[in-house]
Amino acid sequence: MAKFMSLADAVAENVRDGDVVAMEGFTHLIPFAAGHEVIRQGRKHLTLIRMTPDLIYDQLIGMGCADKLVFSWGGNPGVGSTHRIRDAVENAWPHQLEIEEHSHAAMANAYEAGASNLPFAVLRGYIGVDLPKVNPKIKSVTCPYTGEVLATVPAHRPDVGIIHAQRADREGNVLIEGITGCQKEVVLASKRTIVTVEEMVDKLDTPSFNSTVLPHWTVGAISVVRGGAHPSYAQGYYTRDNSFYIAWDKVSRDRDTFLAWMKDNVLDKTPDAFAAHAKKSDAKAAHAEKSDAKAAHAKKGA
Amino acid sequence: MSDFTRNEMMTIVAARALKNDDVCFVGIGAPSAACNVARLIHAPQITLIYESGTIGTRPNVLPLSIGDGELCETALCTVSVPEMFRYWLQGGRITVGFLGGAQIDKFANINTTVVGDYNKPKVRLPGGGGAPEIATNCQEIFITMAMGKRAFLEKLPFITSMGHGPTGAERRAMGVKSKGPTRLITDMCVFEPDPVTMEMTIRSIHPGVTREEIAENCGWTPRYFDDCSETPAPTAQELEVLRDIQARTKAAHAA
Repeated sequence: MAKFMSLADAVAENVRDGDVVAMEGFTHLIPFAAGHEVIRQGRKHLTLIRMTPDLIYDQLIGMGCADKLVFSWGGNPGVGSTHRIRDAVENAWPHQLEIEEHSHAAMANAYEAGASNLPFAVLRGYIGVDLPKVNPKIKSVTCPYTGEVLATVPAHRPDVGIIHAQRADREGNVLIEGITGCQKEVVLASKRTIVTVEEMVDKLDTPSFNSTVLPHWTVGAISVVRGGAHPSYAQGYYTRDNSFYIAWDKVSRDRDTFLAWMKDNVLDKTPDAFAAHAKKSDAKAAHAEKSDAKAAHAKKGA
Repeated sequence: MSDFTRNEMMTIVAARALKNDDVCFVGIGAPSAACNVARLIHAPQITLIYESGTIGTRPNVLPLSIGDGELCETALCTVSVPEMFRYWLQGGRITVGFLGGAQIDKFANINTTVVGDYNKPKVRLPGGGGAPEIATNCQEIFITMAMGKRAFLEKLPFITSMGHGPTGAERRAMGVKSKGPTRLITDMCVFEPDPVTMEMTIRSIHPGVTREEIAENCGWTPRYFDDCSETPAPTAQELEVLRDIQARTKAAHAA
């Protein structure tokens, strides 16, 4: 049952040392504010699941929060490497990081299997490739109807699923718009959940009959964190801060520069700091919001 | 038209490979530029799909990531990522998958995972993302990559996505029904598979490039089709469209 609380309380109540944690959001709506709170609270020995670790896991791994990473594409999108993850894998800094590597299709299927309360996912995948040789969790099953051999992966059932969304109403029903990634699946697959939202509204005002909504009784903790997805974005609120992603390459290359940045921008800050990022991008988002509103209007009228 | 870079040549040749009725699964980087140049020139009705779930997207600037808001705002519709991989990719709806890569071998297998031993990597690359399933579930695959001795290898340290298999025979032997890589478009030439051996063989050489240069930038001894020709140079329109979208993109991402 949805419960509104501060992000600090939400993380303190739900994320424990050693947990399996999935923070999802496919490029869009990445829950950076929640990730920073996990770092501030000094969580250790986490297993982190995410299709694209992105900068959020580069930060968590660089700060030593994780023992294991489960993922399918570990770069800085359009820019290059996630240097902290590379340093952990190549040089065990700040400590050894175990990796469990999949393809996107397998990860998406594993979340869906988790949400579906199934023990594993089945897909026509991993054909002729080397990943199954280095990831023993990739297995196969023979179709009982056709005899076709298909790949299987275990379902994702995280201890904690964490996502960011556009808004929630006072009851705690959550609306997700735009690129929805695996967010619905990760919430439904997880034992406990934290949802950060841009705003709380009296009425959810869903843009279409088929909007992506998480009913309040599927959600755990909800925290209002304006700008909480920066430098990722929130469709209709602010755009992706591509220049931040480009700048991160330099910040993250060097261990000391990285640690200094994390101290100034994460350890010495609170979730309220994110609101400034939302404001900064308001002008850029104005255009997007207008076209969103137009699209929503057209859909309602149809 | 004489003034163009080899990268521009590569992107334009890649764009020419796409047809108006294609449904194309677009990788980020060079493939994304090529697909949008095709859309803006000769294939206005092409359906571009990015793995973030955007179907029929028409971005005004090239996305930095596969999930930029621009892709969603200009798409016909956006579906969830599990739906994208299950219904649309695995469902067999995609005619062309367009991939890039870090390393490739002569049978068009691709490595984007690791250089050196997997458990003690010399260089850890990003990994496969959507590519392992794109490579087998799309009806055919185009690849675009700049040539170089460290990129075009006789043998890969790791196969992230299958081309025609380590000896060229495995894809067929496994009964994979899709065609696999039918074109490899580089900054120097265009390769297509030999119909018998499936070895990627040079079909055309870009203007101003010599066979010696190609040999210097290829980790295996490349073969040529008997009727290997010169790739037509970019037209003024092709260059203008490519440069325009790149300028718009640069301005947008620096903002």
